[in-house]
Amino acid sequence: MSFLHNYIYYIGAFGLIFIGLFIILVKHNLIKVIIGISILETGVNLFLIAVGYISKGTAPIFSKPGINANQMVDPVPQALVLTAIVIGVAVLAMALSLAIRLYKHYGTLDLRKIKEQRW
Amino acid sequence: MRKIFSVILLIIICWGIILSLYKIPFGIPKTKVGEYYLNKGKEETGAANIVTSVVLNYRGFDTLGEVTVLFIAAIGLGAVLATLKKKGKRKVEQASLILYTGCRFLFPLILLFGAYVFIHGHLTPGGGFQGGAIIASAFVLVYLGCRGKRINEVSSKTTESLGGLIFIVIGLIGLAIGGHYFLSNFLPKGELNTLFSAGIIPIIYIAIGFKVGSELAGVIDNLFEES
Amino acid sequence: MIIVVSLLIILMLISAIAALIFKDLISAVIAACMVSLIASILFYFLHAPDVAMAEASIGAALVTVIFIIAIRRTKRHEE
Repeated sequence: MSFLHNYIYYIGAFGLIFIGLFIILVKHNLIKVIIGISILETGVNLFLIAVGYISKGTAPIFSKPGINANQMVDPVPQALVLTAIVIGVAVLAMALSLAIRLYKHYGTLDLRKIKEQRW
Repeated sequence: MRKIFSVILLIIICWGIILSLYKIPFGIPKTKVGEYYLNKGKEETGAANIVTSVVLNYRGFDTLGEVTVLFIAAIGLGAVLATLKKKGKRKVEQASLILYTGCRFLFPLILLFGAYVFIHGHLTPGGGFQGGAIIASAFVLVYLGCRGKRINEVSSKTTESLGGLIFIVIGLIGLAIGGHYFLSNFLPKGELNTLFSAGIIPIIYIAIGFKVGSELAGVIDNLFEES
Repeated sequence: MIIVVSLLIILMLISAIAALIFKDLISAVIAACMVSLIASILFYFLHAPDVAMAEASIGAALVTVIFIIAIRRTKRHEE
């Protein structure tokens, strides 16, 4: 039980990273690859937030008087992840617009049939 | 063949990650800089939400870079999709009266909620990025429910530019008169946990909220087919 | 508490695997949206309400909308 208590968030984050990398490496469809990038990003964010957690802590907001600053979780990973999520949506939209252009030019999204993208 | 190769590669990568990271303990404080922000942040910035004070005050320059990345991505998306625009108006099927009226009723309420989220960013969870996303989702509702209505491109670009300009100008004023770093706080801090507190942080978050909202709405407007 | 978190993480990993194996791209996108939604609940359990709000409003809502618009302009089924 203590193993589960210590490592359950890490297991979830590593599972998401593993599945995201697997989708990126194996799938041929371009939009599927972009879905994999999105899942990978969620896993990395979950890992960063889990690193900053403190047992029996509170959120880093002084909402009531008398909250102890020593019991708050680490605010630095939260600020980092907040910016990472917003950059992630911009990069995803950019990638999808490139996918739309490729589909209009080649008529397919299959990476095996697009000559310049084949691997 | 390729699948087997990929799985072997993945197992090697994940083995390396797990070997190097499994000793990170869960649930105990780790960084000194986070402790500093928690202990001193309340007096130094006047914001009740420490994440907001880290994003906008201690690491404000970082946020400027992030807003720039968002801006460049939106510009690039517009440039990539610009040649695909169809000339002339396409005929769109009008939505039913109930859907149309419901969307028009909900649109200002969602805008109001987004504005609430980014105005209270220094007191409660939330802030400019989340409020901007909520405002953009209000525009998505209008695109889906009231077919044929578009946002005015000129006014959205103007709002976006004004938001970015306010951010940079306030940062430079802080650099000139407030202290020796970008975005230093030159307004009075006020009382903790009241709306008019924390100096420049609410002003910057309002500017970021307008900027992110109009930018994401512009991205969705560019991606829609009929234009 | 730990049991709830474990169940949520198992559900999240099942949704990610569903996003891997679905042939219909819109179903895959909805499964990825489910991953983001459960991740936002986990962020709330980890005492990060700011990040939970950002993930729920951006990661679960806007990303899904952008994906569905892009799929509408391209092809729906993966072959």
